[in-house]
Amino acid sequence: MSESIKIRLSVNGIIYERTIEPRIHLADFIRKELGLTGTHLGCEHGVCGACTLLVNGKSVRSCLMLAVQADACEVKTIEGVATNSDDLHPIQDALMKHHGLQCGFCTPGLVMTMLEMQKDYQGQILGDDEIRRALSGNLCRCTGYEGIVNAARQIFGTKSETTNI
Amino acid sequence: MKAPDFSYHAPQSCEQALDLLSRLDNARLLAGGQSLMPMLNFRLLNYDHFIDLGRISDLQGIDETPTHILIKAMTSQRQVESSDIIHRSCPLMIKALHHVGHQQTRNRGTIGGSLCHLDPGAELPVVAAALEAELIILSPRGTKRIAFADFAQGYLTNALEADELLYAIEIKKSLEHSGSAFLEFNRRPADFAIVSIAVEIIVDETHKIINCALALGGVQHVPLRLHGLEQKLIEYTSLEDMSKFINSYVQTIEMNGDDLYPPEFRCEVAQTIVRRGLSQAYDEARGGQ
Repeated sequence: MSESIKIRLSVNGIIYERTIEPRIHLADFIRKELGLTGTHLGCEHGVCGACTLLVNGKSVRSCLMLAVQADACEVKTIEGVATNSDDLHPIQDALMKHHGLQCGFCTPGLVMTMLEMQKDYQGQILGDDEIRRALSGNLCRCTGYEGIVNAARQIFGTKSETTNI
Repeated sequence: MKAPDFSYHAPQSCEQALDLLSRLDNARLLAGGQSLMPMLNFRLLNYDHFIDLGRISDLQGIDETPTHILIKAMTSQRQVESSDIIHRSCPLMIKALHHVGHQQTRNRGTIGGSLCHLDPGAELPVVAAALEAELIILSPRGTKRIAFADFAQGYLTNALEADELLYAIEIKKSLEHSGSAFLEFNRRPADFAIVSIAVEIIVDETHKIINCALALGGVQHVPLRLHGLEQKLIEYTSLEDMSKFINSYVQTIEMNGDDLYPPEFRCEVAQTIVRRGLSQAYDEARGGQ
């Protein structure tokens, strides 16, 4: 078997040091080594977006990145999104309000994508096309996307575009 | 859906990477991993060693000279699409990147990785073919340059020797009075293209086409330049009478096919997007004056 490698990384502000096999992808590392199971694994080949998290502020598919590649990086997962465990982040709140989730499997990935959007488009108003394009990397099999797009409109769009169905 | 066992190496410099590449048996370079990691998870690949280029700072960045742009191989697709230099001097690439994956994969995926992987449905190789990119390649023997047309050899097959790595991509800046278009047909946005086209057209003051580059993706194993059609379009000032010629030209191209998209289907789609791509690029070239 190949040589294990020691890595040191920050996840949600906490520094972890682990010695791991190089073949372990970041999603499995986060879930199994660190016990942070809010990051979900769907397809494991980079299609569904359920495992999306932020590495150095950028959204990545954590099934397409090795944990050893995250050495010395800052990782943020869904567990680190709300400021304390009783509160919801405004993005989570908007998703709840607009029925942007049903089973919730895709939701952590969507929240992480929308967090990156908040940083990338600070204060800009996004149209529906831009919103749908930015969210297109996260598949949802429950909602038909309308609730998700409505939640995103509340965050990134103008109020007048927000409609409840 | 887990990667098989392998050893991992993260060199800090191109010299270290080249040294590992020539020393290790059954080793493979790892760029952004957005195609390679799925193949690993599916266990379609089996290498004993992966050499990750992600920690080599000399492989990142975008530079320009008065006439050319230079994109280092490990520059992410997201960095390319947000670069002012690329927006100014290579608008065709920006248009193509609009179709490349999702922001999550463009954050990791690299231009060098796309060009080396050479998926027939990928967009960036089609741009490289249309713009006649030159690739700068490092090996223990030194540096060499190779034209993209010679680099793309076949299905998922590039011209790199076992001990070589792609260092950078050099592209001529787009000229004034040029217009470009990138169109593709697929079932879902951001999917690999079933057929794609990259066009760049240069016109003179009388709107006459003086230069034209056309490359089709998805129809053969590697991007296909339509030199015959390009020649025919030069001197033209209107594309309207050209549709018949375009259709019959495209019909002569031997097309790949599979169960979902047989050659006849791809041919129909190709005829349409060649016409649309040309007319968009031509309008842009004319409008820019």
